[in-house]
Amino acid sequence: MWLPRLAIDRWRVGERCARGEGPDADPLALIAETAHGPRIDAVNDAGRAAGARRGMMLADARTLCPRLKVAPSDPEGDLAFLGKLAVWARRWGPWSALDAPDGLVIDVTAVAHLFDGEARLLADAQAAFARRRLTARLAIAPTAGAAWALSHFGPERAILQPGDDAAACLEELPVAALRLDDEVLVVLRRLGLKRLGDLHGIGRSALHRRFRNRKSPAANPLIRMDQLLGRVSEPLLPVVRRQAPLVQRRLLEPIRHRELLDQVVADLAGDMARELEGKGQGARRLEIGLWRVDGEVAARHLELSAATRDPAHMCRLFSTKLDDVDAGFGIEMVRMRASWTEPLALGQGDIEAAAETQGTSLAACIDRLTVRLGEKAVRRPVVHASHMPERAQRWRPPLEHEPPAQEELRFHARPLKLLDRAEKIAVLYATPDGYPKAFRWRGQVREIARVEGPERIAPEWWRSKSTARLRDYYRIEDTAGCRYWIYRHGLPDDGRGGLPDWFLQGLCA
Amino acid sequence: MSRSHMPATMLSDLCDVDALAAARSMRWRPGLAAPAHSEIFASGCEGGGAGLALALACDALRSSLAEDEDRRAVLWVQDRAAVRLTGRPYRPGLPAELRRRLIHVVAEKAEDALFALEEGLRCRDLAFVIGELTGNPKALDFTASRRLSLAAEKHGVPLWLVRLDAERDLSSARMRWDVRAAASPPPRWNAAAPGNPSWRAELFRARAHALGEWILRDDGRSLVAAPPHSVGVAAAAGDRPLASG
Repeated sequence: MWLPRLAIDRWRVGERCARGEGPDADPLALIAETAHGPRIDAVNDAGRAAGARRGMMLADARTLCPRLKVAPSDPEGDLAFLGKLAVWARRWGPWSALDAPDGLVIDVTAVAHLFDGEARLLADAQAAFARRRLTARLAIAPTAGAAWALSHFGPERAILQPGDDAAACLEELPVAALRLDDEVLVVLRRLGLKRLGDLHGIGRSALHRRFRNRKSPAANPLIRMDQLLGRVSEPLLPVVRRQAPLVQRRLLEPIRHRELLDQVVADLAGDMARELEGKGQGARRLEIGLWRVDGEVAARHLELSAATRDPAHMCRLFSTKLDDVDAGFGIEMVRMRASWTEPLALGQGDIEAAAETQGTSLAACIDRLTVRLGEKAVRRPVVHASHMPERAQRWRPPLEHEPPAQEELRFHARPLKLLDRAEKIAVLYATPDGYPKAFRWRGQVREIARVEGPERIAPEWWRSKSTARLRDYYRIEDTAGCRYWIYRHGLPDDGRGGLPDWFLQGLCA
Repeated sequence: MSRSHMPATMLSDLCDVDALAAARSMRWRPGLAAPAHSEIFASGCEGGGAGLALALACDALRSSLAEDEDRRAVLWVQDRAAVRLTGRPYRPGLPAELRRRLIHVVAEKAEDALFALEEGLRCRDLAFVIGELTGNPKALDFTASRRLSLAAEKHGVPLWLVRLDAERDLSSARMRWDVRAAASPPPRWNAAAPGNPSWRAELFRARAHALGEWILRDDGRSLVAAPPHSVGVAAAAGDRPLASG
């Protein structure tokens, strides 16, 4: 659905005049201020007859038509109007999306029989738009891309049936029907590709090579063509008005004390839990706003690792967040909002009593830990594809799904614990590349009783600098029985620095 | 009768001296059900404390239920000094059955670490909780230790608290160990290489068992205990030529 004269139509509605009458009889342009002077955004019929065009500078248009009147254009207003129109247009289908700046996409799948067929549906929609004095060009097609092309460049009220060969039906349309950027259109024109049919004429691989580094669909004719023919999916953002659950308490008397605030927060959490329960949702993010008498507003928010609507849990998490709130002369209003919710099936009640006897769930435990200790403090190790021991493990949030990865090889013996930074040790050895005999670590000399190694780990050349040195790892046990994982950083004659240093990186069990 | 089999009644039956004495006379051995709260004293310069804690915890898990259906997570809490001294757990070096289940917490202060430990003990979805605390922080007094014991007993989540470089202070832990690394048995194929980890563990306080000292060794499938002197002497004697050769 395309509204080609949305701006002018809106202006005309604002002026309360019919098309071509009253103020609309004179040439008129809606202008926007740009860095180079006023530029025309939209013109009415009389203006177009006088030679003014969209995109012209106002000064140029005035030379063609000195009596051109102007009014400021209002793109934000147009967009808001289009949003309302999208909701209104859902009378023809259960689902609609904006196609800014001047189009709408409505899903009419399995709806046409309610209007006695698709042609009648389009006629009905056209009539309804005409009653609102809006110019609309309508088309029905199996894909959003094809509908866009037909509404902009096809015949009036075109209908493309799912059984039709879309490529054949649309091949006469110009390439601009592919919703491409202007510069891409220029490129295609220079290549001599003017109609959609021309694109089918040349090899797909040639087009792919020409536009291989254009990732955005609006810059790549192949993606647009596939979307038009339904070969790749095209996600659309529906206009659904979703209301975040919101509860608030206005207080008779401003409160200044923490116990009272805790009571209010507990009441709000109870309200919020009821609100969420009614919607069958659980909160993932909660925001609390505290309005103070002196005009200050304090806001706190928290995120939960799993959807919840347990009021006691919310209160406990907020109680640490509210520690540093300055009440000033008192708080007169408190509002809680769940800005991110997820579906959560109804569960059994009396969760807190259950937690007392059966313990908390893992998600609740993680929430409590992260709220007090911070997000970085509670993590789980996951495998990362790297040869370097310190890079082979990464820390991720605890309940996140673990990405599939190759496990550590079975024959690698790795220490139980790894120091954050490998500690430098002084090593006594017979020859620079022989087995170490003794080492000094943390001020203590330890004699080495048993050694296994070396396990050579070369630097990752695709990641580190060319001067990075290799590491020879040894598993050692000293005479007291302590087991460590040490490495020699480099070879004596590798030409990447002097004699190699030794480091202790891991402690074995 | 083992103390750990009847956690609630034994507390009230303190007067039953005979039963207590009978229980105490039973020597500890691997494979018994673990008490709710154990402490392991270790040096901050070796990985033996955490290693023995993991070995004991896995041993207790194996004895309590079938291994392959346990997918519960494991909480490992360290304070900042413990991270600095002995490093963080390294996933490829963990026991294979724990690698996917570990959740790691770094606490800046001892108070935060105790809070994390207690929250973990209250969580029914955890298999066990391991804590590593350095020194004798003020926050970890007898009251705090009693809180941990009660939480662990109430919710049935065992706590293994590793105390690095700490004095043997007051504590309500049911079993307290002192652990040092011990020479490992030579592996079969390369006698010059370090073998399976083994520790010299001294049980210096226990309610239900006689005190004693063992050489404990994790041979991959289970925990093996040996009397300290024979193995210690043999291992020491066996090591000399290796050390010089």
